[in-house]
Amino acid sequence: MTSIEPAAIAQAVERAYRRESGQVRATLIGWLGDFDLAEEAWQDACLSAVEHWSVHGVPRSPGAWLTTTARRKAIDRIRRGRAAARAPEALETLPPAALVITDDLDSVDEIPDERLKLMFTCCHPALPEEQRVALTLQTLGGLTTAEIAAAFLVPGPTMAQRLVRAKRKIKEAGIPYQVPPAHLLGERLESVLAVLYLIFTEGYAATAGDALIRQDLCDEAIRLARVLEHLIRRERTDVPETQYAEVVGLLALMLLHHSRRQARLGAQGELVLLSDQDRSLWDQREIQEGLALVDKALQMRQPGPYQIQAAISALHAQARRAADTDWAQIAALYQELRRRADTPVIRLNQAVAVSLAGSPAEGLDLLNALAGDLEGYAPFHLARADSLRRLGQTEAARRAYQAALVVCQNSVERAAILAQAAQLDGAG
Amino acid sequence: MQYMLLIYGDEKAWEAQDQTERQAVLADYNAFAKKAAAAGVLRGGDELLPTASATTVRVRQGQTLTTHGPFAETREQLGGFFLLECATAEQALEWASQIPGARAGSIEVRPVVQF
Repeated sequence: MTSIEPAAIAQAVERAYRRESGQVRATLIGWLGDFDLAEEAWQDACLSAVEHWSVHGVPRSPGAWLTTTARRKAIDRIRRGRAAARAPEALETLPPAALVITDDLDSVDEIPDERLKLMFTCCHPALPEEQRVALTLQTLGGLTTAEIAAAFLVPGPTMAQRLVRAKRKIKEAGIPYQVPPAHLLGERLESVLAVLYLIFTEGYAATAGDALIRQDLCDEAIRLARVLEHLIRRERTDVPETQYAEVVGLLALMLLHHSRRQARLGAQGELVLLSDQDRSLWDQREIQEGLALVDKALQMRQPGPYQIQAAISALHAQARRAADTDWAQIAALYQELRRRADTPVIRLNQAVAVSLAGSPAEGLDLLNALAGDLEGYAPFHLARADSLRRLGQTEAARRAYQAALVVCQNSVERAAILAQAAQLDGAG
Repeated sequence: MQYMLLIYGDEKAWEAQDQTERQAVLADYNAFAKKAAAAGVLRGGDELLPTASATTVRVRQGQTLTTHGPFAETREQLGGFFLLECATAEQALEWASQIPGARAGSIEVRPVVQF
């Protein structure tokens, strides 16, 4: 075989690293029962790939090649470790069949997909939420520690420490590597969905810093939600429809939000409100996929919070102009959502919908009732400002904008608030 | 009568100690356990891993809520225990005062209900 351009090989390895890492890691962790050893073996295999592929070409199935090579590297490490008294029994505990590794790496086509197990382990409720998020992004998302740290604006060593703690806890507390039994599946799946949604929202509405959207986090959350939906549909027919419908609902919700990403930021990176967005910039392919998923989920007749939020997002997506939005229907859906989770933020959104459905006075009453809970939350003050403006109370609206500026941290959002307040002066 | 001697201490301080300091404390614990065993009162005892490895389970309205923790914000955490067979509470308290953890943290002595 002819040798191949080093740059092309580096690219192939990079691509395999991104695309295959979750699945290969899941297999290795399941096989070795050790996150750290799996990680080391995976890194070894990637180095090996750079050398091998440049001589022999890229194998037919890079993922299978990497898995098999990583297994060998793990056995090497265990053997070496035994001499150095590290993990002395690990090799004996491996099933004998696992030790038989084919020599013809090109013949390996498919490896069993263990990512579902890995998701449930990484999102186990015994882990603090911040560890669940970091671990999911690292092991399933294939993001480096530095990338995750940057995405969450924490120093690299802090994120590395967080990951070490998570892996140690899995080992020490004996958190199992399995899809939970039926009676626990509901609670556990909820935790997986919450982690994916957290990753998405952190990317979609960055809580601090100068970039308003961190694209890679949104992409990763959507990709993982697709994997989850696919694996459940293919392998776990015993997941009750109530829960499967929510998985579909979450994927739909993310896609529908994500479809608006091009329109959410103006030329200077400033935030553009939903009502002011250029709707021709919305990604129609994602909208169509999202709408189809909402339909599919709702047909199961097991509505849950993610599906209801997706249905709300679907109503926005279907409105050709902001003025066409079916606010009354949206207000009704928020009422549905409140029956399941009556949080101040959901009430806030309902109040905004009521106000826009043509009853700003009623909306304002609903908002004023939330003052105690949401004093420190900028969108609350912005919603009040908007209702007051609609009611012609310019001076009170101005004070509400000022209150929003006091609590808003994100520089892009602050600029948007200032622009809205300035419009008030123009109008009044 | 059996008494559970619950050993509470600052796990952060324990984790911050170096190997030599820990060895000294562990030697003290060994000495205590030997003494209690020789006196015929020792029924069991062990160290617990730090609260970072702990999981809390609650059932509310039939729903199982699993969370991490207990949170380490409280000043002292449960770090280990001894189960002793003593004739009186006074004896149990006497033993408790000899547990090395009593010098830095505190020992909670609880009679065990035996069915």
